[in-house]
Amino acid sequence: MDVPRRLSAADTYTPSKRTFWQRFWSRSNERAGYFFVLPSFVHLLIFVAIPLVFSLYLSFTDWRQPNPRNALFIGLENYQFLFGDRRFWAAMRNTAYFTALFVPGGMAVSLLVALVMNQKLKGIYIFRTLFFMPVISSWVAVSIVWITLLDPQVGILNYVLQQFGFAPVNWLGDPNTAMIAVVIIAIWKGLGFQMVIWLAGLQAIPQELHEAASIDGASRWQGFWKITLPLLAPTTFFLAVTGVIGSFQVFSPIYVITNGGPRGSTDVVVYHIYLRAFEAYDFGYAAAQAWVLFGVIFIATLIQVWYRRRQGDETAF
Amino acid sequence: MLIVVTLTMVVPFVWMVTTSLKEPNSTFEYPPQLIPDEFNFENYQMLFTLVPFGRYILNTLFVTLMTVLGQVVICSLAAYGFARLKFIGRDILFILYLGTMMIPYQVTLIPLFLIVFGLGWIDRYEGLIIPWISSAFGIFLLRQAFLGVPRDYQEAARIDGASEFTIYRRIFLPLNGPALATLAVFAFMGTWTDLLWPLLISRSPEMRTLELGLAYFNSSTSAFRQTNWPLVMSASVVVMLPVLIVYIFAQRYFVEGISLSGVKG
Repeated sequence: MDVPRRLSAADTYTPSKRTFWQRFWSRSNERAGYFFVLPSFVHLLIFVAIPLVFSLYLSFTDWRQPNPRNALFIGLENYQFLFGDRRFWAAMRNTAYFTALFVPGGMAVSLLVALVMNQKLKGIYIFRTLFFMPVISSWVAVSIVWITLLDPQVGILNYVLQQFGFAPVNWLGDPNTAMIAVVIIAIWKGLGFQMVIWLAGLQAIPQELHEAASIDGASRWQGFWKITLPLLAPTTFFLAVTGVIGSFQVFSPIYVITNGGPRGSTDVVVYHIYLRAFEAYDFGYAAAQAWVLFGVIFIATLIQVWYRRRQGDETAF
Repeated sequence: MLIVVTLTMVVPFVWMVTTSLKEPNSTFEYPPQLIPDEFNFENYQMLFTLVPFGRYILNTLFVTLMTVLGQVVICSLAAYGFARLKFIGRDILFILYLGTMMIPYQVTLIPLFLIVFGLGWIDRYEGLIIPWISSAFGIFLLRQAFLGVPRDYQEAARIDGASEFTIYRRIFLPLNGPALATLAVFAFMGTWTDLLWPLLISRSPEMRTLELGLAYFNSSTSAFRQTNWPLVMSASVVVMLPVLIVYIFAQRYFVEGISLSGVKG
């Protein structure tokens, strides 16, 4: 645990000749730091590090209730079972479906709004305030409101659709549309967040580039594709990565709105793990599922990083 | 286009408030009536007699307050250590902290629950609060802010004989108000709107938070075939209002906190 340390003015002789303990007690080691970090370290140890190791251990046991005496070490059995568990992979597929709809959909809608908001109109901050309201709202309350808005008979959404000549949709009752309805709610709720991030990216683009392009005869459409979008690449990347990670962890709207139904069409992974662990009390198997989820998120992130690297972007991690 | 989007964003909120003011047990009209003919406050009275929403509010306030306080104190202490004190092993330790930010919460959720269970904190405030009184994200956020304080301030104070704790309390905390506020707002938001953790920890109705109480209230009323929507909506308003009020007053920190963080489940 001999840590190379940057030389400071206090080092008048070569530090490499001193032992760890000599350096530990030397004046240049500001030991007060340990006291400052201690509370957070204890917390991290008990509530993050130990659970992490514990969770890995759990995934190799058939721990079925909160009672350690029943835990039997079964090696990779949980994982073996998991790879043949059709319900788990159905949940994984539903999650992937949610992600595939939510990430590009949400990013496109919020970018569009951010582009409008980026024009310096009077009172634009009022819109920012309004658009941000869903972000900070409670998921449960938002879900309840949307259940009524999406009601097949008397909901506002179907009413509006019918005014434009569309047939009413049984949003939450039809396995084909339930996930789409959840995605619409999620996009609505996340719009303000993504918009703020896009705006930060947009405001970093120098105005001169657009001016130069329009002098050269570029249309606004070309300016968007050739200047704005490429320069927004870091923002796009950030939103894509956080969007994918967040999508894989979606829980609250499923718990409140659909309970995974109808016919399992919105049973996402975290909800599935929750049911396994805290309704079936099958902790060992649920822990194995959580680790597989972690692995999938990790790989998804790596792919995105790799993709950006291949595009020649050195800033991607 | 801005009008359409704005309408989409605002209508659900208007709908929530106006529905909560409709007559109790009234069913929805078709076509939907956004503004009711007359305002009716009965739902709110009914709400507080029917469900211990007052208790939920106190629970949520207490849990949120303690969590925010814990985060601000513990994270700022650690941030000062990491930003401004050179101790052996500091950089490795900090990288370790950052590494924990990448672990999705589901991985640690089950053992965390079992640890809290082992500590006997199920259905207690300790269980709701203590697992969340520190966060690597908060430490990271504050460390970045503390790094921006000129080194001379610290050195001048040291020459004057100030202890490290005095420097932290008298110089670093007052100078980093905005960063501390951002963290506070963030912790507030995360705790106030959290559903999954209270769902696991709270057992008795007396220990429910607003978010959980609302979820239960919703599912218990819908068990009777005919949901009393105006009543449920008024409960939603009660849950949402405090956050919206805090948001309007601390808007800057909300937006900053969000742009800094990225992740929110």
